[in-house]
Amino acid sequence: MHNPSPADRSFPDGIVRIRNLRKSFNEHEVLKGIDLNVRKGEAAFIIGASGSGKSTLLRCVNSLETYQAGELWVEDYLVGAERSGNRWVEARASTTARRRSQIGMVFQRFNLFPNMTALENVISGLVMVQKMPKAQARERGMDLLAKVGLAERAGSYPSQLSGGQQQRVAIARAIAANPAVILFDEPTSALDPELVGEVLSVMRELIKEGMTMLIVTHEISFAEEVGDSVYFIDKGVVAEHGSPQQVIRQPSHPRTIEFLARIR
Amino acid sequence: MSQTETRAEDLLIHRRSGPRIVNAIIAVIAIIVVAVAVQVFIGTGRIRWDIVWTYMWSPALFNGVGTTLMLTGVSLAGSIVLGTILAAMLISNNAVLKLIASSYIWFFRGTPLLVQIVFWFNLGLFLPTIELPWTSINTNLLITPTTAALLGLLLNVSAFMCEVIRGGLISVDKGQTEAALSIGMTPVQALLQIVLPQAVRVILPTAGNLAIDLLKTTSLVYVIGTREIMGSTQSIAAQTFYVIEMLVVASLWYLILVTVATLLQAQLEKRLARSQGAGPVQIGKVI
Ligand SMILES: Nc1ncnc2c1ncn2[C@@H]1O[C@H](COP(=O)(O)OP(=O)(O)O)[C@@H](O)[C@H]1O
Ligand SMILES: [Mg+2]
Repeated sequence: MHNPSPADRSFPDGIVRIRNLRKSFNEHEVLKGIDLNVRKGEAAFIIGASGSGKSTLLRCVNSLETYQAGELWVEDYLVGAERSGNRWVEARASTTARRRSQIGMVFQRFNLFPNMTALENVISGLVMVQKMPKAQARERGMDLLAKVGLAERAGSYPSQLSGGQQQRVAIARAIAANPAVILFDEPTSALDPELVGEVLSVMRELIKEGMTMLIVTHEISFAEEVGDSVYFIDKGVVAEHGSPQQVIRQPSHPRTIEFLARIR
Repeated sequence: MSQTETRAEDLLIHRRSGPRIVNAIIAVIAIIVVAVAVQVFIGTGRIRWDIVWTYMWSPALFNGVGTTLMLTGVSLAGSIVLGTILAAMLISNNAVLKLIASSYIWFFRGTPLLVQIVFWFNLGLFLPTIELPWTSINTNLLITPTTAALLGLLLNVSAFMCEVIRGGLISVDKGQTEAALSIGMTPVQALLQIVLPQAVRVILPTAGNLAIDLLKTTSLVYVIGTREIMGSTQSIAAQTFYVIEMLVVASLWYLILVTVATLLQAQLEKRLARSQGAGPVQIGKVI
């Protein structure tokens, strides 16, 4: 990993700052120089065709993938690296784990733990990672479940919940540790159409509360309604970015226009 | 399909008697074959059933059964630990660990267990003392028929157990690991606290079969003089010349133990299936 110059830290103030990020799987370059910036309290949306690298980008942010070049900062640290004296060295597994607990992630396929109840899922990080006393964690867990409208399903197992309910539990789990940012990777793509709304309304609540969010989605009208900024990714680069008004209402890049026409 | 009243007379489906007659003939032939075999081996054979009965319940045999159970239990428990470690090495991203684990499996699966057992028993021949930084151990004091047997069985069955556990671990969706990592778990924590408890339902049936095999395989160690079931009966046979009777005693004891183990296994699997019945997998309640 290269050493960024001090000037690199003069990025615009933000929770997530990405500059010229490059990522390849073997020979296949998936991210070809991504620039992206998420300020505190911002809801940033990433749209783009399937296979354009959206998931890979999100996964780089919480180190589920490594990157080869460029810079990826979250708050005050360089992802994948830690300070040793005045150098950056590869981050230890324990450092990466601690940092991940400060980044929430919501997956397309929910990935709830099937052997735990809704409540146990929500507090799994608090109990097993943060070592919060169980009584206190349960109290917080119930608050979180109430927030996503599932207090009465606390004792249900994931297999007893609908897809929309599972995803709401997953969102409660992702915000349990008060993360600095939450990453959503197509949170409604695996849902039956009639269940999409309940998940979107939970997300809308979070945005209202000022949560910092980076959201990959195909729900274009949702992005338009609640987004602060929209990035259109095409073939591993940001082809166009700006306010929803600019990118979704008046797209200027031919690829954006084509993409929006296709998915509408 | 059962006939109904609404069905027209000409649509009645009549049973054919042909297949039933053939079945009955086959059954009769089978009974005759078995009866003849039993007559040859038990009736006209000269097995002293009173001797079988006496030695079945002798202290020497009870000790032998105890040793067999101990060998099985200890090598099974050891193989679960070593097998889990090897499986974790195999699915890790570390090329060196992968190579070590797969070489281990290659070696221990590729050579006969009997050879391995005799090898460990004769370890002292080429390694008279084991030199450790802080001490040295006389190999001949360390290697007794029991320790050599344990070593041989444990190391061997671990290679097989590793494959069983690995199969279970990779049957768990990768999303589970990612979710565990995303809440801040380390990779080891994710493996042990999230993936392994879910892998158990895949691991358990196969591991049960492996355990039952192991129970019988322990008989091999009689060649180095270990007094488990086989060893005890063979030493009695050598003194009394009740060769066949002692083989019958050994067989009966293995049948008893395997039957009990099979029942236990079925019970365990039923419990696991029941806890999954409603959907949730309630193994290893974590919180
Ligand atoms: N683990 C991987 N190994 C190899 N190629 C991958 C891997 N993950 C993703 N890719 C490839 O990277 C490209 C981008 O994938 P992805 O980030 O999932 O796209 P999106 O989320 O935008 O649909 C695709 O061509 C995909 O095949
Ligand atoms: Mg994707």
